[in-house]
Amino acid sequence: MTAKIITITSGKGGVGKTTAVANIAVALAAEGQKVVCIDADIGLRNLDVVMGLENRIVYDVVDIVEGRCRLRQAMIRDKKYTELFLIPAAQTRDKNALSPSDMIRLGDELRSECDWVIIDSPAGIERGFRNAIAAADQVLVITNPEVSAVRDADRVIGLLEAEEKGSPALILNRINPTLVKRNDMLSPEDVLDLLAIELIGVVPEDEKVVIATNRGTPIAADGKSQAGQAFRNIALRLKGEQVPFLEIDDQSGFWGRLSKLGGR
Amino acid sequence: MGFLGRKGRSAQNAKDRLQLVLVHDRTDITPAVLDELKDDLLAVISQHIEIDPGAVRIDIARDGRSQRLVADIPLRSSTTRRRTG
Repeated sequence: MTAKIITITSGKGGVGKTTAVANIAVALAAEGQKVVCIDADIGLRNLDVVMGLENRIVYDVVDIVEGRCRLRQAMIRDKKYTELFLIPAAQTRDKNALSPSDMIRLGDELRSECDWVIIDSPAGIERGFRNAIAAADQVLVITNPEVSAVRDADRVIGLLEAEEKGSPALILNRINPTLVKRNDMLSPEDVLDLLAIELIGVVPEDEKVVIATNRGTPIAADGKSQAGQAFRNIALRLKGEQVPFLEIDDQSGFWGRLSKLGGR
Repeated sequence: MGFLGRKGRSAQNAKDRLQLVLVHDRTDITPAVLDELKDDLLAVISQHIEIDPGAVRIDIARDGRSQRLVADIPLRSSTTRRRTG
């Protein structure tokens, strides 16, 4: 196995990074892939509760890096998918407990262990962000269709370009088709025009995400939800498959037009 | 536009504002710097050719993820020049 390392980041907090990491990981695991998620948000551990694994934590990512445990001891196996693992963040330390070179070493060690490593980045553009992107082969920038989130996404994209991390791909999260249709929300086309990067997923606002997070069972495991489908599609696109973008509301032709955006 | 709380069309508002903000974020050129640049450019160009300072436009245009400085400087025609000069 030679894992591909993906980091999901955003600049702004609260746009859905952790939810996206959990769901894309679950979707890849459901495809039979071996996946290891890393929560790189040191001091603000969250991926464990979103994945419903908070009661199983013994060791964390800082324990691995500082040699208090072996890599496999800190890999918590998912309840449902036997090939899905979480390496949790340390909760009682700060972001300085890790360095970018620690993350590169950890990533290299994991490459032979699995098909995918998915790293959950902290918000912001400082040390924690630098750690989270250090080992990445590909970075996914996630944003919401709002001015503040788009502005921060643009800033992060600029920093990634400066780091020569290759061109990141965009996940547009929490699109509300009703608001877009009455021109009260930036459309995916608007956001793509502004940010000018490749699109890898459009996730509709979906109350099932809230419910799934309450329960600690990521929504990508739910066959019926639109958000879950959107995350599964992102997983397939990461695997290199051509998947048309979701048609959630075809009456306006709007979601149909989205499928064309995917090709660029 | 201008009706607070009015439904519809606020997306365009968001896009227009973001377009301006992103250009300045990406280039670190504030409107004040742009004005200063415009004055300097006008001073230099006016030393050589006659232009109408009021018609000059200097803007930053977006082209994908890169920005370019675009100057639109209409020249006074030679007939106008003779009359004025």
